[in-house]
Amino acid sequence: MSDASLHQASTAQPGEAGFGDFFALLKPRVMTLVVFTALVGLLAAPATLHPVEALAAILFIAVGGGAAGALNMWWESDIDAAMKRTAKRPIPSGRVTRDEAFGFGITLAAFSVVMLWLATNAVAAGLLAFTIFFYVVIYTIGLKRWTPQNIVIGGAAGAFPPMIGWAAATGTVSLESVLMFALIFMWTPPHFWALALFMRGDYDNAGVPMLTVTHGRRATRIHILVYTVLLALLAVGAAFTQIGGPVYLAVALVFNALFLRDAVAIWRRDEAMAEADNYRVEKRAFRLSLWYLFAHFTAILAGAALSGLGIGGLGIGVWS
Amino acid sequence: MSFREEHELHKRRFGRNLGLGLVLAGFVALVFGLTVAKVTDDDFVVVPAQQQEGY
Repeated sequence: MSDASLHQASTAQPGEAGFGDFFALLKPRVMTLVVFTALVGLLAAPATLHPVEALAAILFIAVGGGAAGALNMWWESDIDAAMKRTAKRPIPSGRVTRDEAFGFGITLAAFSVVMLWLATNAVAAGLLAFTIFFYVVIYTIGLKRWTPQNIVIGGAAGAFPPMIGWAAATGTVSLESVLMFALIFMWTPPHFWALALFMRGDYDNAGVPMLTVTHGRRATRIHILVYTVLLALLAVGAAFTQIGGPVYLAVALVFNALFLRDAVAIWRRDEAMAEADNYRVEKRAFRLSLWYLFAHFTAILAGAALSGLGIGGLGIGVWS
Repeated sequence: MSFREEHELHKRRFGRNLGLGLVLAGFVALVFGLTVAKVTDDDFVVVPAQQQEGY
């Protein structure tokens, strides 16, 4: 390799990426959500795994999620290059080649599925394989570029981890794990549409048919309100099922009231008002949505722990 | 014998190789731990040799 080639930073050369560049391909921030929700699914399940098996299960679910992220970056490198938020990712910034990202992603995807199977069971491994397939093929390659409902359908991919965690512990899919899936599935649209409202220019530049681009910002505000109402009904209703309990109910009432307050505020605003305060309410709703999901899953976990101790939580009173 | 100044590229390669080495070492430890966990599980049964011959 010549000295000249050493200084060509704009175009990636195979074999030049650092360890951190490959780690960034795994979308570590998204991975934290995957790890947390999968862990709750695993711990809330009415079955116990050996701690090493549980650790391995969470690790391989995280690796599978990361592999899906790497394959997403491989396919979307053109979109990422056009958006300010994603322009510094490893491929558009020239640190990793597309071929490297593809090889890395597909290898880790196969590895994670096989290892999860060996560590736990075929149901969990099958769900992980389907999640990766859904996120990469159905969402990234299939839907994202041609339907404004991309976020709604794509949200399913991010909703699978607690089901996988639950399946890793029990070997089955049950109503409780489907409810956890539904919670994330319904949460995803208002979460991302709030982001799309204040990151408008990015999606316009990339040509991604986000709802804000195809149907306008008024329609997006209405959609956020409708989905938040549906989410609140589901989230509070879930308190009276097997994943609910007094702790969960209290958390659900508080956070859904806050989220509904922000959704109504977003719905009542127009662009002039939003631009005047630099999308203060939209940004607040986005930040709240992150805490919303964290709080609900923490409450599910707390309920399961209390139930295990026999002092409340799941399966008491109206929850029995 | 001459010593060349280490280029940033070499540092990056070293970092990548070190990271990969640590990941592989962690993986080996995890597989070892998994093996121990599986074989010490109450459900783990070794089929007797005589029974195996019957198949």
